[in-house]
Parts: sequence; C-alpha cells; structure tokens
Amino acid sequence: MKLYVKYDINLACKVILQEKLEDFGIEYELKELGEVEIRGTLQPDLQKQLEAALERYGIRIVSNHKNTLIEKTKDIIIEMIYEKEKLPNTNISTYLADRLNHSYGYISNLFSEVTYSSIENFIIIQKIERAKQLIIEGELTLTEISYQLNYSSVAHLSNQFKKTTGLTPTAFQRIIKKRAGAR
Amino acid sequence: MKPIKTRILLADDDEDDRLFFADALESLKAETEITTVHDGEKLMEFLEDENNELPHILFLDLNMPCKNGFECLDAIRLSERLKHMTVAIYSTSAEERDIETAFVKGANVYIRKPSDFDSLKKALTDVLNVNWQFHTGGLNRDTFLFSI
Repeated sequence: MKLYVKYDINLACKVILQEKLEDFGIEYELKELGEVEIRGTLQPDLQKQLEAALERYGIRIVSNHKNTLIEKTKDIIIEMIYEKEKLPNTNISTYLADRLNHSYGYISNLFSEVTYSSIENFIIIQKIERAKQLIIEGELTLTEISYQLNYSSVAHLSNQFKKTTGLTPTAFQRIIKKRAGAR
Repeated sequence: MKPIKTRILLADDDEDDRLFFADALESLKAETEITTVHDGEKLMEFLEDENNELPHILFLDLNMPCKNGFECLDAIRLSERLKHMTVAIYSTSAEERDIETAFVKGANVYIRKPSDFDSLKKALTDVLNVNWQFHTGGLNRDTFLFSI
C-alpha cells in the first residue's frame, strides 16, 4: 500500500533547528524566514559541530548576504505557492520588494546572476511542481488546482504545464498512475 | 556555480546520429564531457563497471541491437546503484505509445530525435537546464518528467 503524507516544511525545519540549537545550549531567537539571531558569538568549534548536526537534515548555514537574499526570495515564493492564504493581493514583484526591503530590480538581477534562472522562471517551475503534487494527491480537480495556484483558468494552467513538462496534466496523471501500478 | 562538467553518456547504434549528437553538444555553451556506446549490452557493461563514473544524464536510443532501450531502462531502474540516474530517451519514434511506455518504465526525459542541428542544440540545452533545476531546486525526482 501507499500513503500520501502532507507536511509543513517550514515547521519541520524550524523544530529541527530549535532542537539542535538547544542541544548545543546556544541562546538564540528565531527571526522569520531562516534568520537566527544568536546571543553573543559562536565559538568556531561549536559552529562546526552545529553545522555538522544540521547537515544531515539538509539545513545549511549560509552567511553570505547575496546567498541569503536569494534563499529568502526562494522561501517567500515557495511559501506563497504552498500556502494559499499567503498569496499577496498586490503583484509578486511589489510583494517581494516589500518583504525583502530591496528594490525588485536589485533582487531580480541578483537572482538571475546567482541562479542562472529568472525569478519568473523559478515561480513557474515551483507552481508546476506544486501542481504535480496536487494532481498526485488527487483531492482536487484541475479546475480547483488552477484556482488554488492563481491561474486565470484551467487552460492557462494546462498550457503552462505543457510548456514546462512537455506533457498535458492528464497525460502526466495517467503516467504516474501506471507507474504506481507497475511497481 | 554550475557543475564543472556535465557527464553525458550516449547509447546509440547509428554512427551518424552519434556524430550529430556529439557535434551539437560540443557547440553548446555548457561544459560537457561525452562518452558513447554502440549498443545496449555495451551500455550495461559500462554502467555496471564501478570503475566508471556514472553520467549525470544518459541519452538512450530505443532501437538498438543486442539489448534495446526499454530493456536497458528496466535494468537501470531495478539497480540500486543506477536507479536515480537521469535517463533521457532519445528516439526517432514520435508515437504516443512509445513515449508513454518510456515514462511509465521510469524515463525522465523523452526527446524525439530532431532532424536539424539547431533543434537538436535547443533540445539539449533544455534538457541540461531542466536536469540542473531538478538537481539543485529541491524538486521531486519521482515526478521529473519532460518531453520535448
């Protein structure tokens, strides 16, 4: 049999982070989106141990300002796509600029420079990734999925899905089902 | 921060197709390194030899002597060591049935062999990009399907 689980990645990471910081007796305060304020400074030895402990969960300490900004941008986008209520009423560029306190032009250039992909492209990829997940979970119809992901219509979602994967959502669904059956 | 060189393995029995493919790959901006094999049995020998580094992407022709592409794909997905490798089917067949079978058997990418050089270049660029996204973007490999 197969179980499909839903999880809150943000929450999971936060709990792991808290537990590890407490294990090492570090005094800290969690800020939003992956910022941790440490009281005082960390001894290099301790920082290394912490890094090693977090690494097995895929959590890395990024200190570089540019990288941090990119990571935050990605986090905000993913958060927006995975939590419907977080979708801004304003457009995404204004929203990102407000949340990150930099002009959208700056963020967007930096993003392209570091990741070799535009923010727009990243958003599309993540939305399609989410659509795939929702299709597999099978709780929502395509119409509901397109609504949830802020597409103006099913046709719009289907077009973008086809453009990104080369497959229609229906063909994708059929293949995944057959794959599951073949195993 | 792209990987230094993307290792590409091409399994195709047609010499012209292999040259065409290698030329197109060579002309891309991306840094790649190509190895070619001529049939399915040679392919499996190469992959099963642990002295050989695994490719980042395997381009696999469907119609090959000895062992065809589908048989190779089955063997790859059953092997603990090979099953996570990106496999791109590279075939002249544009039949829906072949495309779907390839994906059901676990292919990640299906490329209909383009006949002109520029289309092939574009297809290869797209595949390298998509593969890169899946490696670095935390996307789910089980649902990595791309048809072109």
